[in-house]
Amino acid sequence: MEEDVRPEVQVMERYGYERSYLISILHEVQKEYQYLPEQALRNVAAGMGISLVDIYGVATFFKAFSLKPKGKHSIVLCMGTACHVRNSRGLLEEARRFLGIEPGDTTDDLLFSLDTVNCLGACALGPIAVIDGEYHGQMTPAKMERLLKKLAKEEGVRK
Amino acid sequence: MKGSLSSPKDLNEYRKSIQSTKKKFEKVISVCGGTGCHAQNCVQVREEISRELDERLLSDKVMVKFTGCHGFCEMGPLVVIHPAGILYVKVSPSDAQRIIESSVVGDSVIDELLYKDVATGKNFEKEQDVPFYSKQKRLLLAMNGMIDPQNIEDYIAQEGYSALVKALFEMSPEEIIKEVEIAGLRGRGGAGFPTANKWKACRRARARDNIKYILCNADEGDPGAYMDRSLLEGNPHAVIEGMIIGAYAIGATEGFVYVRHEYPLAVENLLKALEQARQLGLLGDNILGSGFSFDIKVSVGGGAFVCGESTALMASIEGRIGEPRVKHIHTAEKGLYNRPTNLNNVETWANVPIIIREGAEAYARIGTEKSRGTKIFSLVGKVRNTGLVEVPMGITLREIIFDIGGGMANGKAFKAVQTGGPSGGCIPESMLDTPVDFERLTEVGSMMGSGGMIVMDESTCMVDIARYFVDFLCEESCGKCVPCREGLKQMRFILDDIVSGRATGKQLELLKELAEVVRDTSLCGLGQTAPNPVLSTIKYFEDEYHEHIEEKRCRAGVCRDLIEYQIDADKCTGCLRCKAQCPVGAVLGEKEKPHHIDLSKCEKCGICYEVCEFGAVLRK
Ligand SMILES: Cc1cc2nc3c(=O)[nH]c(=O)nc-3n(C[C@H](O)[C@H](O)[C@H](O)COP(=O)(O)O)c2cc1C
Ligand code: FES
Repeated sequence: MEEDVRPEVQVMERYGYERSYLISILHEVQKEYQYLPEQALRNVAAGMGISLVDIYGVATFFKAFSLKPKGKHSIVLCMGTACHVRNSRGLLEEARRFLGIEPGDTTDDLLFSLDTVNCLGACALGPIAVIDGEYHGQMTPAKMERLLKKLAKEEGVRK
Repeated sequence: MKGSLSSPKDLNEYRKSIQSTKKKFEKVISVCGGTGCHAQNCVQVREEISRELDERLLSDKVMVKFTGCHGFCEMGPLVVIHPAGILYVKVSPSDAQRIIESSVVGDSVIDELLYKDVATGKNFEKEQDVPFYSKQKRLLLAMNGMIDPQNIEDYIAQEGYSALVKALFEMSPEEIIKEVEIAGLRGRGGAGFPTANKWKACRRARARDNIKYILCNADEGDPGAYMDRSLLEGNPHAVIEGMIIGAYAIGATEGFVYVRHEYPLAVENLLKALEQARQLGLLGDNILGSGFSFDIKVSVGGGAFVCGESTALMASIEGRIGEPRVKHIHTAEKGLYNRPTNLNNVETWANVPIIIREGAEAYARIGTEKSRGTKIFSLVGKVRNTGLVEVPMGITLREIIFDIGGGMANGKAFKAVQTGGPSGGCIPESMLDTPVDFERLTEVGSMMGSGGMIVMDESTCMVDIARYFVDFLCEESCGKCVPCREGLKQMRFILDDIVSGRATGKQLELLKELAEVVRDTSLCGLGQTAPNPVLSTIKYFEDEYHEHIEEKRCRAGVCRDLIEYQIDADKCTGCLRCKAQCPVGAVLGEKEKPHHIDLSKCEKCGICYEVCEFGAVLRK
């Protein structure tokens, strides 16, 4: 018998197909694909014996999951209270203007995704931007613009 | 690490052997590895320090410890040298060499790296003397600076798991609950419900198949709060030990920790800690030979605020959509998988081993009549010393903000402090002498909440803050009940009108009325408390609402539709800086001549205001 090497199957096996780990399973599947492709969700539904509707419900209820592909660079901005009082909205406006997309979206060239989160637990250093996994504290709109320009330049795109 | 320990005696011997190995080290360098310091490059600081020690062949005499959060995040990366307790702040990797030279090999102190009090200009040498720490009472957090969270031996060396031994071998479940009752422990997750009462109800509940659960709420949804993160990350065994004791008292067989996914380091440290506890026989079957068995699983969240609510949290662990249900039947009887379940917050659990180890009476001496013990707050926003502070209950807000927090940053005037997260309220200057206590904070229109304490100054707009929270809760409402789903949306419309200068006086009345309806008729705590930020800002800062509505003015300069940027020609030197940085080309002018702003192009991003070094850009 041929071994099934699809990532979602391996993930489900690691978690023993236990439903109480569904969210963790979806997180790991998302890590593999950068998003949750429809086929992967179908496979998880079949593997776990849960209806696709239920899986879809969970995958759309929780903000951490995306059913759309994500860009190469991820721009995540904290919109928590501590960051808000230190002008995180200014960062968001800047990123939105620069990239021309709304939070949750990805640029058409699949280079940048813009997302917001409620709090990263690094509130003392707010406002926080996480760019490709790296934390930047005490951000300002001008710093945001500089960082984005640098990334765009590296990718050879004019913004 | 050792194999399984099968009795308290084994554990004691193990502890002694760890302690004697540790005595070999003459000095210990504790490098803060909390999330705040991680964002400021502490990993490299640690690597450089270790490398320097290796080069000097000091690794057997000096131990480097990568610990959890020390709390003073504003000043990170933090390095503390024990036993002297010297604190160095804002350490960079290139400081490693001189730190080892002066303070490890030698016994001198590097003045430049010490914490300096801005107000008095005074340097502080020792961690314990720095005002930020000296006014705190670090019952739970102290250990964060002493242990490597990925090494159970550190926790055991600090008398870790001795409370568990006491509970399992010297106390009956009823005695444990009694002890927690005498200590007066109340839930740290927000509502302050007496922990012992909850435990009693769950202990009493009949389980059809002998399975009961206990859960740990590490969803920490309050945006702007990170106490639970730091506890789980920095001292996971304290939470685990508390849960095992609680499980024994309640008669639970299985536990879950529900952690938000935004906290990957907390999940990692927790999983490692659970594995190590299992290997040592402190978790799993027949714990320390007591005959009691219990294990803990970790469940990761998916980024939904409402999942901090007990029934939504349980649905989420079951792998379902995280919607709350009406609690006709208490979760103590029918909770997770319809079995008796007890849920407590991270900080609540972490208090349990202390109460058992130190005794309820000693614990109850801290705090006020109805609020005992300490509370951890995340002191953030516009205050000078941001970070995590643990204080005895009963301390005033003023002491926290001005003595520990060092007052306001940037010399601005204090306006309000927000506690209780999206369920809480804003407290004005005139109420700053309110003691921190569950009842008193509720009386002033806010609440203790889980511990977010966001300080606001004159540049914070209170209407904008109200709108911020309503916006947040609108997004986070699960949509199951109408008052919360629709009511909040309508409240948001009104607030949008107010901040953009379109509102009329009547709308303020409507806003209040709506707020009351949402409060009184929503299904779960989210909706029931959602109007608090609006009602409290109207109560204390109604003037600001009127200014927005009648004068179309935002005194804090926050609401974009009501402000304008201008250049003061007298101050402008014509340096071209703002012109070069304006992303929309709205700044006009030539070198060395005063610039001006084309208001028809200006998008009010404020970059010119930020980059001008001469204070020539005005916000009106
Ligand atoms: C909308 C909502 C969100 C909540 N979020 C949290 C949270 O993030 N963390 C927490 O410990 N409690 C939260 N709670 C409170 C919990 O429902 C519960 O009361 C608490 O975890 C019980 O633990 P305690 O008695 O130890 O405080 C929330 C409640 C509501 C209504
Ligand atoms: S509010 Fe932004 S990290 Fe907490």
